[in-house]
Amino acid sequence: MPLPTPQPNVRVVTLRIDDRDLSAREDETLIEVCRENRIPIPSLCHLDGLSVWGGCRLCMVEIAGQGRLVAACSTRVAEGMTVQTDTERLRHYRRTIVELLFAERNHVCSVCVSNGHCELQSLAQRCGVDHVRLPYRQAPYPVDSSHEMFRLDHNRCILCTRCVRVCDEIEGAHTWDVMGRGSDCRVITDMARPWGESETCTSCGKCVQVCPTGALVKQGTSAGEMVKDQHFLPILARRRHAR
Amino acid sequence: MHLEDLAEQAAQYRNEDAHIEREVRVCVAASCQSSGSLPVLEALKSACDTQGAGSCKVKGVGCMGLCSAGPLVAVADKDCALNESVLYRDVTPDDAPDIMASVCSTPVERLRCPTDQPFFSRQQRIVLEHSGLIDPDSLRGYIAVGGYAALVRALTEMTPADVLREVTTSGLRGRGGGGYPTGLKWSTIAKMPPGQKYVVCNADEGDPGAFMDRAVLESDPHRVLEGMAIAAYAVGASKGYVYVRAEYPLAVERLETAIRKAKRAGFLGAKVADTQFAFEVEIRLGAGAFVCGEETALMASIEGLRGQPRPRPPYPAESGLWGCPTLINNVETFANIAPIIREGGDWFAAIGTEGSKGTKVFALAGKIKNTGLIEVPMGTSLRDIIEVIGGGIPDGRAFKAVQTGGPSGGCIPEAHLDIPVDYDSLKTLGTIMGSGGLIVMDETSCMVDVARFFMEFCMSESCGKCIPCRAGTWQMHALLDTLTKGRGTRADLALLEDLCDVVRATSLCGLGQTAPNPVLSTLRYFRDEYEAKLLGDA
Repeated sequence: MPLPTPQPNVRVVTLRIDDRDLSAREDETLIEVCRENRIPIPSLCHLDGLSVWGGCRLCMVEIAGQGRLVAACSTRVAEGMTVQTDTERLRHYRRTIVELLFAERNHVCSVCVSNGHCELQSLAQRCGVDHVRLPYRQAPYPVDSSHEMFRLDHNRCILCTRCVRVCDEIEGAHTWDVMGRGSDCRVITDMARPWGESETCTSCGKCVQVCPTGALVKQGTSAGEMVKDQHFLPILARRRHAR
Repeated sequence: MHLEDLAEQAAQYRNEDAHIEREVRVCVAASCQSSGSLPVLEALKSACDTQGAGSCKVKGVGCMGLCSAGPLVAVADKDCALNESVLYRDVTPDDAPDIMASVCSTPVERLRCPTDQPFFSRQQRIVLEHSGLIDPDSLRGYIAVGGYAALVRALTEMTPADVLREVTTSGLRGRGGGGYPTGLKWSTIAKMPPGQKYVVCNADEGDPGAFMDRAVLESDPHRVLEGMAIAAYAVGASKGYVYVRAEYPLAVERLETAIRKAKRAGFLGAKVADTQFAFEVEIRLGAGAFVCGEETALMASIEGLRGQPRPRPPYPAESGLWGCPTLINNVETFANIAPIIREGGDWFAAIGTEGSKGTKVFALAGKIKNTGLIEVPMGTSLRDIIEVIGGGIPDGRAFKAVQTGGPSGGCIPEAHLDIPVDYDSLKTLGTIMGSGGLIVMDETSCMVDVARFFMEFCMSESCGKCIPCRAGTWQMHALLDTLTKGRGTRADLALLEDLCDVVRATSLCGLGQTAPNPVLSTLRYFRDEYEAKLLGDA
């Protein structure tokens, strides 16, 4: 989905989030308004500067008068909307989703290079996930170390597709994509060739920086060292749009 | 082209066949073909030539409905309906001489399939009115029975607003499963600012046990094209796509033939029926992903992208194919349009129930005597459909449950069989109408197994975009597998129910949101079967 193009004359609406009255531009999404106002909304696939994906479902919120939950990242604000972002029901769903993510691949924080700097890990802490009720799937995925600077470990991937989108939308290379379906999905470079043999990869490293977990890391970093920096993204995206 | 011209053309086609008194109709839809109807057709044709029955014509026709008895052959006076014909079942090529010899004399008793049985007499055919009567590959045959008259009438005598009014009056609701009012959907797209708009026919039928759309496309493809063209005129679209599964090669082939012939005859293309209205139709093949039946995934697939859903809103009516307003309806919905324009919306609204108008095509499958395709008015009771029309359960076994709505639906036990089938009453039972698949299960079925089967289907058909559907269905399948093997505990059952809730509430699209339904509905009515399989309380 393309980024909302800033309109010259959008209206401003008022809405209520967690019992706070807030104003917002009509073309803003709920997650944008929440983040502006320091209302914490968890999300792993959403990143300011990238297109909306709506895959991690962690940002789901309750809207008064609507039976279904909605994802804050893909829902536009509306006049008079009343939103709850932190109910017991939502907390339960978020905990379960984080558990599902942990069990889907092989997320063992203590032996991960991103330990201490991982969005999934800190989210699990925030959501109160102290153990996982579900059995780990333990799919044996190989690690791709063929790239001279970076490494891809599918076992740490949560399929948020931030790497796919940043490579396509910001770098313009479209080296990354997803293949397979269901629980067999995995990210690939080019036509599922080893990353090191990719002819389109520019080695810019944006994918590594936006990856929320230890799936994409710099070669040669040891556990706990892999710090990621994402502040460049919204600045880059906004400059591009301004042009 | 005026309506009179078309009527004249139809009369001329009928005249050309005036010397034919009797017809021998052989079903050449997929299910009869799979039981060998093509050699039967050949044998009958050569028998017809050698036995010199000059006033008799042998032709291939669409589905007659009773698929379990195929290959089916009907012998009838020209223009006679299916239930007025002499119907033969399980025909082999060796039977051809006997059948040809009997055309003008006494029927061959050993092959007869009675047509006065409820399977035929209790049906009311609107969508399937030409199915089993006309040659699906023949445009002349379609015109001869009044085909394309509704389109020509809409184009020459009605404004788009008139068409919208008739469709709204008819009360037709989307037959793909959602049951959204068709008139309302059409008007929304018609009200969007003028410009490029699209009409899409969703023929990506993927539910296990469902074959309604396939049969309609194989039996009467022009009917669907006519409905699409009328819709395009009403909403102001100029381009249409039929998104059809690649697993339906016969339907694709017949649709291609129909599009080619309709275009050549001027019912599609630049100046439809010599008016200023232009409408092109293209086929898009779906390579067998169940999720591509979901409208946003379907549109992504047509655009050449990975078939994955996206969050709604925006709905396709506002921003569909390539960002343009797009009307998406199911095959059966489009097939209902021509008769609505022909007979009027009020006529259609008089059939069915208060909230669900018209008829519904159902595919009967599973443990039932008469498997096949039926069309009955909305509001017919499930018991009527299964016990009377379907002939009940074979081998003297007892009925246990019927699943409606495929993997998105649920199972209904004996106690609720008297409920009239319509969109709203099924919902109260925790299931849905869906596209119309009915799978009947007898006492030998284990409901935990049934739930596991459907969960396996959803797991392997999940696109993998959102985590609850991708990993949730996998975990639920693993739990159901443990339970069916008798290794599950009470805690596993509780976890399963918890996951049902999470996956249903948080999944991105309809596939994930409804994936827990078979589990929830079997838990609702057959909880004792789950409990019986538990290990002792730990």
